[in-house]
Amino acid sequence: MTTTPAADTVPTAAALALGDDALVLSHRLGEWAGHAPVLEEEVALANIALDLLGQARVLLSMAGDEDELAFLREERAFRNLQLVEQPGGDFAHTIARQLYFSVYQHLLHDRLASGDGPFAPLAGKAVKEAAYHRDHAEQWTLRLGDGTDESHARMQRAVDALWRFTGEMFQPVEGIDGVDWPALERDWLGVIEDVLGRATLTVPDGPRTGAWRAGAGRQGLHTEPFGRMLAEMQHLHRSHPGATW
Amino acid sequence: MTHTDWPLWEVFVRSRRGLSHTHAGSLHAPDAELALRNARDLYTRRGEGVSIWVVPSSAVTASSPDEKDPFFEPSADKPYRHPTFYEIPEGVQHL
Repeated sequence: MTTTPAADTVPTAAALALGDDALVLSHRLGEWAGHAPVLEEEVALANIALDLLGQARVLLSMAGDEDELAFLREERAFRNLQLVEQPGGDFAHTIARQLYFSVYQHLLHDRLASGDGPFAPLAGKAVKEAAYHRDHAEQWTLRLGDGTDESHARMQRAVDALWRFTGEMFQPVEGIDGVDWPALERDWLGVIEDVLGRATLTVPDGPRTGAWRAGAGRQGLHTEPFGRMLAEMQHLHRSHPGATW
Repeated sequence: MTHTDWPLWEVFVRSRRGLSHTHAGSLHAPDAELALRNARDLYTRRGEGVSIWVVPSSAVTASSPDEKDPFFEPSADKPYRHPTFYEIPEGVQHL
């Protein structure tokens, strides 16, 4: 990786990890544009996507040239969690992905914002955005879980299907100091158990870590759907280098 | 749009302190809490508001177009009710 002038003060690997999380989830949420169940929800998801894109731009710019990093890296060079690259699926899958990630992001940025590290200024702003994203996901989880038989079954299926990608969130990120990761995981589990319980859903009992472990995104290993997502996200820039609005 | 069963809500936004809530538009939502959140996303995303009200559209009693004349016509010929005979002092805002 090329070093930037600020490379000795900014932990590049951490900026990439957090920036790629935001970028990839932003793109996944943007896929709902034109497809959301109702217009109001489409705007809500697009708003969340734009918040995340803003975070991604700041973070990737800390690590290098934002456009080069977003549009010219190969799959193996991305450091995002496997959770955020999972396809939107039905609306319940999108909400479950949002719930798992935004609770994590809210708790993490809350910790980063109260420190004096290089991510504190960004985290101070992102923590408010994440609080809203988390509220949005919680509200929908409650309504889908405690809704009709159909919505309950779909929501349960979604939280089960994405459960195995959640353990990865609590592997320490290189370059982020001062975060107690086991405590972060305990807090996250507490929130998730509370929300799922109120939504009359069952907390999945499958493994989140183990001998076979989903979750090597931080090491550049990604799941099959990610390649197709990247191809779509990058093709315009690769076909027309330097294109602008 | 298949969810035509979601009720309609009227949205009122107060743009800044000291002003009153103003009707901003309407939206569909399954309940009041989500209506409030949808209103936040639809009507305050460019920093327009400090406070939002949502009201079920069904709770609004509106005057009917048929009643337009008896309701509003009589006030037109009472010019003494209109504050048009005053000079507005310089520097007075919000009039």
